[in-house]
Amino acid sequence: MNVSHDWLRALVAHDLSPARLRDLLTSRVVTVDELVPLRADLAPIVVARVVEAARHPDSDHLWITRVDAGGGELLDVVCGAPNVQAGKLYPFAPVGTVMPEGLKIERRKIRGQVSNGMLCSVRELKLGESHEGIMELDLEAAPGTPFLDAVPVGDVRLVLDVGANRPDLLSHLGVARELAAALGKPLVLPPIPGAPASIPHIERRTSGGHAGPAEVTVESEARTTRYMGAVIRGVKVGPSPEWLVQRLTAVGSRSINNVVDATNYVLHELGQPVHAFDFAKLAGSRVVVRNARRGEALVTLDGVSRTLDERIVVIADAERAQAVAGVMGGRDSEVGDATNDLFIEVATFEPARTRAARRALGLTTDASYRFERGVDPELPPVALTRVIQLVQSLAGGQVDGLPLDLYAAPRAHATVGVRADRVRRILGERIGADAIARLLRGVGFRIQTSPGTEMLSGQEELGVVVPSWRGDVTSEIDLVEEVARLHGYDAIPTEIAPFRPSTVPDAPEWRQADRLRDELVALGLHETRALPFVSGAETGYVRVQNPLAETESYLRREILETLARRAEHNLAHMQGDVRIFEIGAVFAPGERSLPKEKLRVGALVMGARRPPHFSEPRPPLYDEWDAKALGERIAAVAEPGGEVDLVPSSAKESLWTIMVDAKPRGTVKRLVIDAPVWAGPAFGVEFTLGSVASEHVAQPGAHDWSPVELPKARHSEYRDLPTQPAAIFDLALLVPEDLAAERVESALRRAAGELLESVSLFDEYRGKGVEPGFRSLAWRLTLRHPERTLRDKEVEGRRDKILRTLANELGIRTRTA
Amino acid sequence: MTLDELLAIARQLEQDGLADIERATDADGLEAARAALLGRKSGRLNDVMKALPALAPDDRRAAGAEVNRVKGALESALETRKGALAPRAAGPRIDPTMPARRQWRGSRHPVTLVIDEIVEIFRELGFTIAVGPEAEHEWYNFGALNFPPNHPAMDAHDTLYLGEGSLLRTHTSPVQVRALQRHPPPVRILVPGNVYRRDFFDPSHAPMFAQLEGLAVDDNITFADLKATLTRFATRFFGAAKTRFRPSYFPFTEPSAELDISCQVCGGSGCGVCKQTGWVEILGCGMVHPRVLENAGVDPERYSGWAFGMGPGRVAVNRYRLPNIKLLYDSDVRFLEQFDR
Repeated sequence: MNVSHDWLRALVAHDLSPARLRDLLTSRVVTVDELVPLRADLAPIVVARVVEAARHPDSDHLWITRVDAGGGELLDVVCGAPNVQAGKLYPFAPVGTVMPEGLKIERRKIRGQVSNGMLCSVRELKLGESHEGIMELDLEAAPGTPFLDAVPVGDVRLVLDVGANRPDLLSHLGVARELAAALGKPLVLPPIPGAPASIPHIERRTSGGHAGPAEVTVESEARTTRYMGAVIRGVKVGPSPEWLVQRLTAVGSRSINNVVDATNYVLHELGQPVHAFDFAKLAGSRVVVRNARRGEALVTLDGVSRTLDERIVVIADAERAQAVAGVMGGRDSEVGDATNDLFIEVATFEPARTRAARRALGLTTDASYRFERGVDPELPPVALTRVIQLVQSLAGGQVDGLPLDLYAAPRAHATVGVRADRVRRILGERIGADAIARLLRGVGFRIQTSPGTEMLSGQEELGVVVPSWRGDVTSEIDLVEEVARLHGYDAIPTEIAPFRPSTVPDAPEWRQADRLRDELVALGLHETRALPFVSGAETGYVRVQNPLAETESYLRREILETLARRAEHNLAHMQGDVRIFEIGAVFAPGERSLPKEKLRVGALVMGARRPPHFSEPRPPLYDEWDAKALGERIAAVAEPGGEVDLVPSSAKESLWTIMVDAKPRGTVKRLVIDAPVWAGPAFGVEFTLGSVASEHVAQPGAHDWSPVELPKARHSEYRDLPTQPAAIFDLALLVPEDLAAERVESALRRAAGELLESVSLFDEYRGKGVEPGFRSLAWRLTLRHPERTLRDKEVEGRRDKILRTLANELGIRTRTA
Repeated sequence: MTLDELLAIARQLEQDGLADIERATDADGLEAARAALLGRKSGRLNDVMKALPALAPDDRRAAGAEVNRVKGALESALETRKGALAPRAAGPRIDPTMPARRQWRGSRHPVTLVIDEIVEIFRELGFTIAVGPEAEHEWYNFGALNFPPNHPAMDAHDTLYLGEGSLLRTHTSPVQVRALQRHPPPVRILVPGNVYRRDFFDPSHAPMFAQLEGLAVDDNITFADLKATLTRFATRFFGAAKTRFRPSYFPFTEPSAELDISCQVCGGSGCGVCKQTGWVEILGCGMVHPRVLENAGVDPERYSGWAFGMGPGRVAVNRYRLPNIKLLYDSDVRFLEQFDR
């Protein structure tokens, strides 16, 4: 929202600079995002002193001057002005300046003398028409000072960030009201020059009546709060005067003609949208506020033909829609050069209806923006008077008959209580009832109960009557905020209260995720945080109803879906060493409820297993066994103390299922991705950390403060360190290709008995000496007795028993070299 | 001697010196080179240093720095050469200047780094971590947080809907209500998490981004406490010289405020980054609206609270001076590996 510095000053006389005004408004009213100097084209102009002035040798009207423009050296400047005088200050355009009219100042020779810039006249700076020589500056400023800093020319636009709760600030009046309170100065609406002192009495009715010759009906379905209208006859439509054009330009609005500009002026001055119809175009001299009919068409002022429906309220004549209520007028009844008679509409439309229409049409205007947020229902009479005065002053004409005011249910002013003690408890500072009353009165609240009155509760409480423009204030806390703001956030103390420990335990999933990050980073993987949108499919995926892109309209089911696309992105940039992981949410459709959300970790590895080193110029690529290890690590870190087992999987592309305590928790996969030929194979691990609870904790307004159960931490178990020597021997076995190593190993464990401490598979061999259909697998066994040294014979006996068992149960032989 | 002359001599000395050191074939030769270059009395560097006091103070500083750099370069070359010439006691001869055998190094995401740092600061003030679902009920996301239905306040929360009254949460604030429903005050929590808005990518917007929410609810929580806690945080985290709170609007807090820090680029004098205001917004905050407490089953007459929310992604963009927020999402390994600390 834009306001003009000059315009505000016309309502509240003050002498704050734009920057000071910005700081004041930002600290206690509304944030000023930006100051826009409207004469930014003058930014390159500086104040300069003419040090010497001498007649040009080859001209009788030119001067050669030496100019100090603050650059450290005197510049030679040729000047044609009769009033140039040594010792005086003038605006100076250095070489390179683009003048307001578009002329670029360059270093050039004038009658054989070099000129480095230009001393400027009032007209050259577009500050007026005077071209009687250059502009003499009667002020104190060092040469080189920007002209705009030294001379207050040109208005400044303030760009305000008005919150949705403060529609009253969407006008100069609203901002001026706050400003007047802050500065303790009066607020006055400047009188309109040449306007009649008063306008005819306005007739108030409920649902229909006449505004002079116009018959106005408001249908109840249109839910219009207030509708005022007047007919002005005999206007002369034409261009607006310069002052009005400048006001509108200052807030970023374009001048159209004097009548339309008058309505826009009132909108920006008071915050009341006003629309002027060409009265002759309203069929039957009728004005009907009603719901649009389904399929009804209207060409709006922007020239777009729009199809309306019942959600949209229109202003119609006897036959058809002529405007979208609260949003935009229609082209047919637009005020133009040929217009003689006006129907002026000043109304307050319901916020929700305006919002619905605005959204249905995708059309936001200055009017819809204000109606959507709520316009003061007591503003229309003021605005109607103002706009009639303006129109008559700018375009002449006479009001025909009595204006009309349809206001079925005048809204009473709400009264809201505020306790001084409540203010203290929320703000942390004691502000007395007197001070509270004073602050609130300053911005238009009325105090019903005199301060200091003891209420039944024994607390100081004020009854505060809310002004019509502050519909946002409905409860005590709204007044507490007003008090805080008006008292000043800066004035409230800065003091940490003594605190008690939080009853909320750390979310276990957060800790778990943090451990996993540490582990995976240590393993050389990079964390990613990518978007969870995927191309998906109709079944099995959660669909976003209003997706950003139809090609990615589903939520991912697996982290690996995202990681695979991210790996492809890297491959496209010739980056084949991709080690990435993400800890994030995946989604599956729920049954008539929220999607089922799970927290998962996904990891993807491809490319070199280690960085190249001179000792290993081409390190091996990641393979299945790296992926299996990654799966084991992730499971172990996610579930410390859990029994982790990776069982071979028969599912497509899946290598292993990760089991923790006999429950499937994840998979290790060979990934199918779109990869160039030079890329190594890609492997992925996907592991579920847990379900994310999304059901209601308790009914709205209720709580469930039952004790919180936390998962017990699991610890490693200590085993006594061995005191006796171990016996270690290897077994090389010929194992059929279709026999799983794990079966051999479990048979081997059983046969080895209680003395077996550990067993590890350390070699696989195929080829010479091993017949086809077989492979040689070698295990290393460690046997140990807890209390004594094992005798060779005992070890030999065990070895024989193991081999016998393997031969009998699985038909396995040892490999003889 | 002028500064330029002196710098030229210093650089020449460096060039000659490095060559001399490389040419030495035994310890004696190396010692001779050292004496000629860096010797206390007759070293060439000493001669250069003697010329320093004659320079203007500003020039002296520049020259001194250059002379020190040259000295350092020569000393390190001497040390390297010494190692290379030293006789080996035992074992195979190795060239110690060759690179180490390194392992791959991974990295936390820059947004995680920012979150970690914020969490660390609030840990000291008694905060714990809470989380909640990303696919959320409309009630938790809007109704419970006092968003009036069909209100312009919703315009800033352009929402991705999932059907059946569910949506992708537009902020982490639903977790405020969830936590308060589940745990009695005192509640002091931080809520990091992803949130979604129906925004297309541009250099500073993304359809999903990280948010970090803070909430403190007890029987003595005031705006003064809010100001103090967040000022302390801002000073710790940003090293900000100055902070200010200014009025703002959020449906779920009242009074609402925004916290600014003095612009770290211009120091508060006004520049392009702060739009000439001297201030940069870092977070939104306010006293928890009594209706939010009520909706969570907490008595607003007995308890009060404050909350804040900020965007770690935005912080990362500023801190690492990223030209485009999309870098945080692309997962380009060449980007991610820059954060391996």
